[in-house]
Amino acid sequence: MLADALSLQLGYNATLVAIGATLLGLSAGVTGTFLFLRKRALVSDAISHATLPGVGLAFIVMVALGGDGRNLAGLLAGSALSAWIGLLCVQWLTRRTRLAEDAAIGAVLSVFFGFGIVILTVIQTMSSGRQAGLEGFLLGSTAGMLYADAVLIAVGGALTLLLVLLLRRPMTLVAFDPEFAAATGVNTSRIDLAMMGLVLAVTVVGLKIVGLILIVALLIIPPVTARFWTDRTDRVVAIAGLFGGLSGYLGAAISATAPALPTGPIIVLVAFALFATSLLFAPGRGVLAEVLRYLAFQRRVHVRQGLLALAQGQPIYERFTLRLLRQAGLARADGVATETGRARAAKALRDETRWGIVRQSEGFEAEAAFYDGLTEIEAVLTPDQIAEVDAAIGAPREVTP
Amino acid sequence: MSGAEFVPLSLPPLLIGILAAIACALPGNFLLLRRQALIGDAISHVVLPGIVVAFLVTGVVATGPMMLGAAGAAVLAVVLIEAVRRLGRIEPGAAMGVVFTAMFAGGVLLLEQSDTSSVHLDVEHALFGNLESLIWLEATGWSSLVDPEALAGLPPELSRIALAALGVLAFTVVFWRPLKISTFDEGFAATQGIPVGLLGISLVIVAAIAAVAAFDAVGSIIVIAMFICPPAAARLMTNRLEAQVGWSVGFAILSAVLGYVLAGYGPLWLGARDAVSAAGMIATVSGLILAAAALFGPHKMRSGAPKDA
Repeated sequence: MLADALSLQLGYNATLVAIGATLLGLSAGVTGTFLFLRKRALVSDAISHATLPGVGLAFIVMVALGGDGRNLAGLLAGSALSAWIGLLCVQWLTRRTRLAEDAAIGAVLSVFFGFGIVILTVIQTMSSGRQAGLEGFLLGSTAGMLYADAVLIAVGGALTLLLVLLLRRPMTLVAFDPEFAAATGVNTSRIDLAMMGLVLAVTVVGLKIVGLILIVALLIIPPVTARFWTDRTDRVVAIAGLFGGLSGYLGAAISATAPALPTGPIIVLVAFALFATSLLFAPGRGVLAEVLRYLAFQRRVHVRQGLLALAQGQPIYERFTLRLLRQAGLARADGVATETGRARAAKALRDETRWGIVRQSEGFEAEAAFYDGLTEIEAVLTPDQIAEVDAAIGAPREVTP
Repeated sequence: MSGAEFVPLSLPPLLIGILAAIACALPGNFLLLRRQALIGDAISHVVLPGIVVAFLVTGVVATGPMMLGAAGAAVLAVVLIEAVRRLGRIEPGAAMGVVFTAMFAGGVLLLEQSDTSSVHLDVEHALFGNLESLIWLEATGWSSLVDPEALAGLPPELSRIALAALGVLAFTVVFWRPLKISTFDEGFAATQGIPVGLLGISLVIVAAIAAVAAFDAVGSIIVIAMFICPPAAARLMTNRLEAQVGWSVGFAILSAVLGYVLAGYGPLWLGARDAVSAAGMIATVSGLILAAAALFGPHKMRSGAPKDA
């Protein structure tokens, strides 16, 4: 069943939904990356909630004009308009009052959503409103999607993706360094506006599939996930797109296999599973990699301290140090150094003495900054400099009574 | 309108709306000043999975387990957000977005998967609440307010939200000084021996309790609106915290009353037959109040900001 769904064999409608969801996830991931880098991820939450009154009002207007209230293009146009007004309200509240952006976001999303609910209850009392099915926009409903609707979503997703690819350079610039961007002649506020326009486009296109409450997840989760895998913007954008598209595709396919698996939540949960996996297992920034790095560091400290103790003839009481030294063949079980251990210990002590000279002399100020008790001195100083340091230490002296 | 109609049909929802608004607006003041305004948004989203899980575990729609489940989910969400933020070194907004959307999606999925068709539990109810249906059938008029037999028939949501509002009020009054100091200057509060971290977590938990109790009665949309809009409007009216809290409570009550009346009777005045959603209307009115404060509030800009910036 799942294999059928994954290979798009589950009928026409499911195939359309899967393609639409993939394109949507792709463009949402790419768009969301810029939003995330600009640290404005939750603005999308305000935008998506602000679509609701537009959907309702568009329905009322279309019915009043004698048309079919359920025309998807009309509903989406209405939602885009009210989301745009919501976005302007957020910006106006942030710029013209002393309220912080998070308060503005929360105010706009709750008020617009509340007003949308008022409109929905009005529609429910209209004679033609009983079967409007506008609640489907809250959580998305892909069952019984019309061919024209699916085409609209697919085309919308593709267009958004194209626009993002065209605007990616200026958006990257503005996300990282708005002042520099402005100095090079980029109109930052216009780019910001374009970025928000793209977010709005993704939101509107995603209304039917994911629903307005969860669309924000597609804009936030893939970029955050991608950030674990790389430090380069272009790659974050590509990986976020990949993860977004994958979530859309897998989610749509899984939800097509059973009736009680709603598309939107499944897509979000697939995205979250990818996120959780990356958080734990990504190389570099993942939790597991971090733990391994910490353990390796701990070992190096123990071995180093153990070697210094051996060199100075001090007994080692720390069991963990002893075990590490024994495993490396540097010490015997009773704590006495082996041949190699003595050599390494002598080297460690000599390096420590060299570091001591380096840290005391003014000429080595820059190099002394690298001292952390672990770094090999050869990694920081040239052989000439080491010779200089050794000259300062001096040759072995006779012990005078 | 006569008491015989008003007391059973409108008084309980009105009171519940007012109490819910106050219970949310009080902690909202501090959350707003601490730049944690969206915590309310996150909490109200994760309440849904909490309630669904409680239902699946106990198998009944009982208030006790559901409140526990919702509160547990709220605390879990706060912990998860903090964990994602620290472990993944992600900015707080994005961490919040990741956690609450995923938990909400899980809640919806669980709801669809489990057989809840026989009980009154669905997403729309969770979002909109059913303020209008909280009527007091036993009441016959104003005299019922002193009649113990009729009082026993009050909707249970009323006593719960009253208790929650009282608890929130007590928390605010008892911890007023530490709350105030730590909200404005956390470092100074720490030097004064105030357990800053504990206080911050307690504030979020109190907010969660208020949200869960209000959610039970009025749905999550009012909760988010009341956490943010009245305090935000109050912030634009004054520079003093005491006055801000006062204004916010006033605005909350005004939103609840005006919103309820407009939802119930507004459409009738306009010639329509049916009322509209009270929860939605209360949120809308609170937004209008905020808009008015943002346009005409005496302290709408930062002090010292240029006049025509």
